[in-house]
Amino acid sequence: MAEERAAAFTHRSIKTSAKLEGLKLIVSTTDLTTLEGSDTPGRVAFLCRKAMQPLHPRYEVPNCAAVCVYPNLVRIAKKFLEQSTVKVASVATAFPAGLMPAKLKRQEVRAAVRDGADEIDMVINRANFLAGEYERVFDQIAATKEACGAAHLKVILETGELQTYDNVRLASEIAMRAGADFIKTSTGKISPAATMSVTLVMLEAIRDYFYETGIRIGMKPAGGIRTAKEALAYLVMLKETLGDAWLTPDLFRFGASTLLNDVLMQVVRVVDANYQSADYFSLP
Amino acid sequence: MPRRKPTQLTILARNGEGGEHSIAKRDRSLDFGERWSYAPAPEAHSYIRLRDRYQLFINGKFVAPKSGEYFDSVNPATEEKLAEIAEANAKDVDLAVKAARRAHKNVWSKIPGRERGKFLFRIARLIQEKARELAVLESMDGGKTIKESRDVDLPLVAAHFFYYAGWADKLEYAFPGQKVRSLGVAGQIIPWNFPLLMAAWKLAPALACGNTCVLKPAETTSITALHLAEILQEAELPDGVVNIVTGAGETGSAVVNHPDIDKIAFTGSTEVGKRIATALAGTKKKLTLELGGKAANIIFDDAPIDQAVEGIVAGIYFNQGHVCCAGSRLFVQESIFPSVIRRLRDRISTLRLGNPLDKNTDIGAINSRAQLDKICELVDSGLQQGAELVQSRARLPAKGYWYPPSFFTGVTASHRVAQEEIFGPVLSVMTFRTPEEAIARANNTPYGLSAGVWTDKGSKIFKLVNQLRAGVVWANTYNKFDPSSPFGGYKESGFGREGGRHGLLPYLKLS
Repeated sequence: MAEERAAAFTHRSIKTSAKLEGLKLIVSTTDLTTLEGSDTPGRVAFLCRKAMQPLHPRYEVPNCAAVCVYPNLVRIAKKFLEQSTVKVASVATAFPAGLMPAKLKRQEVRAAVRDGADEIDMVINRANFLAGEYERVFDQIAATKEACGAAHLKVILETGELQTYDNVRLASEIAMRAGADFIKTSTGKISPAATMSVTLVMLEAIRDYFYETGIRIGMKPAGGIRTAKEALAYLVMLKETLGDAWLTPDLFRFGASTLLNDVLMQVVRVVDANYQSADYFSLP
Repeated sequence: MPRRKPTQLTILARNGEGGEHSIAKRDRSLDFGERWSYAPAPEAHSYIRLRDRYQLFINGKFVAPKSGEYFDSVNPATEEKLAEIAEANAKDVDLAVKAARRAHKNVWSKIPGRERGKFLFRIARLIQEKARELAVLESMDGGKTIKESRDVDLPLVAAHFFYYAGWADKLEYAFPGQKVRSLGVAGQIIPWNFPLLMAAWKLAPALACGNTCVLKPAETTSITALHLAEILQEAELPDGVVNIVTGAGETGSAVVNHPDIDKIAFTGSTEVGKRIATALAGTKKKLTLELGGKAANIIFDDAPIDQAVEGIVAGIYFNQGHVCCAGSRLFVQESIFPSVIRRLRDRISTLRLGNPLDKNTDIGAINSRAQLDKICELVDSGLQQGAELVQSRARLPAKGYWYPPSFFTGVTASHRVAQEEIFGPVLSVMTFRTPEEAIARANNTPYGLSAGVWTDKGSKIFKLVNQLRAGVVWANTYNKFDPSSPFGGYKESGFGREGGRHGLLPYLKLS
């Protein structure tokens, strides 16, 4: 029934003013991401510029929430974004596999924070999790949280490797209890990445943690969300599962890159009442 | 290795503990307010051609009633008059029965099953082609949401005709070693909660088996049946094979008491069903009844709670609770009662009530003023008997008949709201301690139409389904329908089955 419930959100009809508001909310909650072996300072420059100003000011589109890069490129990203409200997020802890000695992972996190990362996207050790070593998973998250200092911690569960909803739910609870500020579905390196039903299970875990503790944890579906239509369905699911308080970049993010221009194209469609060619939208 | 439950893991202190994202326990409810509210998304309906007056459908033609009388059909969401509907009296019913008898004798019982099947396939395809229009009409006339009429009712209507079309030429294989013959003329009386779907449930198996029909829709929802009559004309179904007589109780009574009818199939209230059974006692007429219900939906502590909550919502708020198999008695194992109630409370505040034609509406209008009064009366009795009412704060439109999604806690088996069918979006929540108690409480009702069981433990499901006295038991789901699956009741929920191979039996003579 998780699939059935998730599918129901895609049937909501989001039109006109609600559509425009939703599209802008998607932009403001996007972590514009590049995580390739070929990333260079030049590539990061494109991304940062796009994140600060996604579209011509007359469309009144907000900036993206953050730019997400590998630790080596944090310094470069920070240079571009320092004067803006766009945050710098860095993946860490041996992204994407998470298989590296714990001590080195903490060093990596500290280095990224020192270089200017506002947010750390860590991966859990799926090998430990699938072997049933939940305490180790918990301890590593807690240690990473400590290494983050003031930086916010997003914990990537890599749900495509956990596979079952039971695992996703358990991993979500462990992450929240160990100090995650956000829980995040995927690295984007494993298929399937984010799906609506997995995200729903995580949102329900966040809700139950809120019921229990009064603490609001953020949610970040990442990978595989490419169209404005899909992203709007995620927002519908968020609104109808966790309510109004979560409709903010402080508590919700999309991890995406190709999504952004499809959203912007829809913004132009709503405002100007016609579709523009993709050539009019700058590539990130 | 035994799993350490995450609840045994400590919650680590975090930055800003007690800060902006941490709030006091009493305020830990979710806020489903106005932020990012959805703009109206109404389904287009300007193209719908409603007639000013709908006539009776007798012998393949639309004819004015001998009675000369018409009554209004009202849109329950706006209280606006949609059209006038002919009221059939005993004379009109007699003409319809005569037409049906002629059609049975001369045509329908003569042609081979494969030919009957062709007509049914044709009807099914025409329904699919016009599905959207019919869905809109169904929502306008009955108050149900377009989401449900479009995604549930109409697909099932077509599926039912497709399914029984397939049986038409295979009847002797359905009951091997026996000769099958049609009964003759079937009088069929259907309710207002699923107007077209109930027409399909009645007509499709009857026609597949070679019977002809006199169908009486409910007086508040006649319009779609008459649009279906147009489809029958378009499909060139022989004249008189299906006749539709509209009207209220007296028309129904004329159908029931007509001497030349071979079988009555009735879906509706237990009260009327009892009267019909009394009237038919001692006659040669065959009878099937599908009546009321007060289904138990049982949630064990090892159930997936969020899925169970979805099942509760699907069970009682689907079609505004106007569902005979609605899961209207919720039994929750005591240990998980608070967590189920908390989730349910938040969940019902996300249900969107309003214009049935808006694609985002979850809860439509109550079908009629009379039904709304009945719901209110029973809710009042619940309050008077000391049950606690939880209601969504959905704003009700100024015009039309509306009731917000609601549930009662603090209910016991002695409350009227635990015994009587409310037929509205009102759930009675009770608790139990052991599986034995759950079974005893679930069966403690004169009804026996349906039940639901929620647990991750397969063995528990098998144990329960064998002891629940209900015609349909859903395990870890609720309100799922398929034409291949028989549906019907135990005890005062009626007898006879509709759907599946079993649904053929009430329309056949076996020898």
